[in-house]
Amino acid sequence: MSNTAKISLRNVHKGFGPKKVLQGVDLDVAKGESVAIIGGSGTGKSVTLKCVLGLLTPDQGSIKVDGVEMTTASQAERDAMLAKTGMLFQGAALFDSLTVWENVAFGLIEGQGMKPAKARDLAIARLEDVGLAADIAKMSPASLSGGMQKRVGLARAIATEPEILFFDEPTTGIDPIMGDVINDLIVKCTRELGASAMTITHDMASARKIADRVAMLYQGKIIWDGPVADIDDADNPYLQQFVAGDIEGPLELDLKHL
Amino acid sequence: MPIFAPVGHMFLTFLALVGRVTVFAGRTIGHMVTPPIYFRLIFKQMREIGYFSLPVVAMTTLFAGMVLALQSYSGFSRFSAESAVATVVVISMTRELGPVLAGLMVAGRVGAAIAAEIGTMRVTEQIDALVTLSTNPFKYLVVPRVIAGLITLPVLVLIGDIIGVMGGYLVGVNKLGFNDGSYIRNTFQYLEQLDVVSGLVKAAVFGFIITLMGCYHGYHSRGGAQGVGQATTNAVVSSSILILISNYIVTELFFTR
Repeated sequence: MSNTAKISLRNVHKGFGPKKVLQGVDLDVAKGESVAIIGGSGTGKSVTLKCVLGLLTPDQGSIKVDGVEMTTASQAERDAMLAKTGMLFQGAALFDSLTVWENVAFGLIEGQGMKPAKARDLAIARLEDVGLAADIAKMSPASLSGGMQKRVGLARAIATEPEILFFDEPTTGIDPIMGDVINDLIVKCTRELGASAMTITHDMASARKIADRVAMLYQGKIIWDGPVADIDDADNPYLQQFVAGDIEGPLELDLKHL
Repeated sequence: MPIFAPVGHMFLTFLALVGRVTVFAGRTIGHMVTPPIYFRLIFKQMREIGYFSLPVVAMTTLFAGMVLALQSYSGFSRFSAESAVATVVVISMTRELGPVLAGLMVAGRVGAAIAAEIGTMRVTEQIDALVTLSTNPFKYLVVPRVIAGLITLPVLVLIGDIIGVMGGYLVGVNKLGFNDGSYIRNTFQYLEQLDVVSGLVKAAVFGFIITLMGCYHGYHSRGGAQGVGQATTNAVVSSSILILISNYIVTELFFTR
């Protein structure tokens, strides 16, 4: 299993000052598999993702991507890893100094050195893949709605045909119908690319739709990990409380008594 | 000793800041000399930092030259040395007022804009997005701005010097009754190459400081809109102070031996 895993986290720890966010995360994402990490706000979902991407360095533990250890990787190894990944950010994180098509084509032009004219055609094709008309290609990202920005972000993430896709809260901040459109697009794009996907979300509807496997993060550890079909039958009280969205239960909520 | 603890804490914080800025500057210089270099972005930033700062620098140096002529005339007339006005204007402009005034104006205009733009990119995860798209944020964001600052500030100051001397000339000839030919002759008679060159070296140093501080504070901003506002303020204040300090250091290096 660990030989074939696309992404493999072992005993990953990360703290910020006295605050220990991750306290031994173990997780595997197999090739072509889509894994959703669920958990409440502030449980370290984003930190996990940023550690894998190398935006944060774990305090201890091992993160392997395609068998290459990332925590001690050279710049060249890290660049090679980033060249085969794509990421959709929570707020889309589109470059507002560039037009929509320049955003989508960014990885192609700057990362792969493609000629702008060719990259532009590809970018427009990618925009059509996510259901956006070619006429928004010249617009500024700031003039788009939140749902459209997310779709442009998705088009940018898949433009370089990555082997690994990361999704940070793909449905947060948009209406449920547009959220479902994004979920469908994520499923379609990851299937078409045959990519491995790692999604962090607290939206159970989204997790059920896009993931093959669900891992629940609580107090810095993965407390449950299993196929998406099993989440309703699993006898894990933490998972059941989260899935049902109850206030009563074993999860320690970071709030005063209501 | 509750008095010493905060002082010591402030001093340590200050030392840590100096260290971080030095590391940041070192990384920037390292990336400046290694490929890829985004020439397109350098030209864009030169337009942004240099060309669009021309009106501000021109206005500042014009009035500085004018008031300098007026003030030195009223001062020098006390000991009948009015003829030195043209020389005083040109030497003060090229050595001091041109670079310092242009530097401070550009620090307010450009340093703030850089910090706000890069800071917003930081808090909206655009800098993280750059990394995931296989682009080094230092090469893409910091280096073009710093190179543009290094190149355009001396050009701006050279233009500012000329406009400032012209301001002095306009006041000298039209208001103070100097003969135009002799004013121009006095301007160039005692001017040395080193006066202008030292001013341009200062300008390059200031250009580096302004863009570096803008990038540093923007790059390390956190905490949403308030954090970006803080970064903008810090960029302008720190670059202004560093301009005045480095101005003294460069002057001492050039003119005392």
